[in-house]
Amino acid sequence: MRRFAVRAVVSLRRSILDVQGKTVEQALQAIGFPMIAQVRIGKYIEMEVEASSAEEARAVGEEACRRLLANPVIEDYRIVEVEPVPAVAVGEPQ
Amino acid sequence: MKFAIVVFPGSNCDWDAYWAVRSALGEDAEFVWHQEEKLPSGTDCVILPGGFSYGDYLRSGAIARFSPVMRAVVRFARAGGFVLGICNGFQILCEAGLLPGAFLRNRSLRFICRTVFIRVEREDTPFTNALTAGTVLRIPIAHGEGNYYVEPQTLRQLHEHGQILFRYCEADGAVTEAANPNGSVDNIAGVLNREGNVCGLMPHPERACEALLGSVDGLGIFRSIRHACSARHAVALVS
Repeated sequence: MRRFAVRAVVSLRRSILDVQGKTVEQALQAIGFPMIAQVRIGKYIEMEVEASSAEEARAVGEEACRRLLANPVIEDYRIVEVEPVPAVAVGEPQ
Repeated sequence: MKFAIVVFPGSNCDWDAYWAVRSALGEDAEFVWHQEEKLPSGTDCVILPGGFSYGDYLRSGAIARFSPVMRAVVRFARAGGFVLGICNGFQILCEAGLLPGAFLRNRSLRFICRTVFIRVEREDTPFTNALTAGTVLRIPIAHGEGNYYVEPQTLRQLHEHGQILFRYCEADGAVTEAANPNGSVDNIAGVLNREGNVCGLMPHPERACEALLGSVDGLGIFRSIRHACSARHAVALVS
């Protein structure tokens, strides 16, 4: 078994007004970014997963999103990255 | 009758609910810690109180729904037991799938703590039988994520099955956009499951059970539950 870093992004579904994103979008435009639109704010979640392959690690990450990390009524999720974790224990100096 | 009041780490309206049941209603209440796997024997109604269970981390109610006690609450509800979720309790019931819908940040992005008016939509339910449909209740709200959301299709089903129990309204009962404090779809403040034994609402009836505190309008909901329980006991005795 190896360890993989699995990174997920959870965001409000497109059909739902993201009030927070809208407010940030207005602030960006106010400080000189008129070219920025459609700001949406989500959550970034990083996990370390023990698995035999990257595919398996991704599947575990997706299952975690389905069961807890995202609420399907209002949110979408996607696994944005899966990469092997170097064989150094967490917290040890590299 | 006996109420079981579930206490999660971060619950903060548990004592208010206890006071409402014991002192204002005059019935029995017992706290149940979230690690318990069973409800007290003889429980007639479970209350999931308001607060910030697990710090509202991830999403309101998302982590609390996996607490050991929730398995017992789900079994209790599936067996027909009465369950009342108030504020964070409503959010937990939605996360647990016992009620439809989910919650978004308030439209204003502000935490809102004030007294609002809600209209009773039905009087033939275990939670409103002591009230009259159309009655306007003055009850406080206190939430940052009370913006109730369901998809249009689910909303139609809620209407079809009469599952909308309370709606935010003006003092005279008019349901207007201006009276909607948080952006909830269709001004929904409280809903019922299809079977009619699980209710969730964002306003706090337990904070409106003492004249000294500004309103006794919440008491009608607790009295309704008592009526429903005695009716059920009466049926059990004759059958």
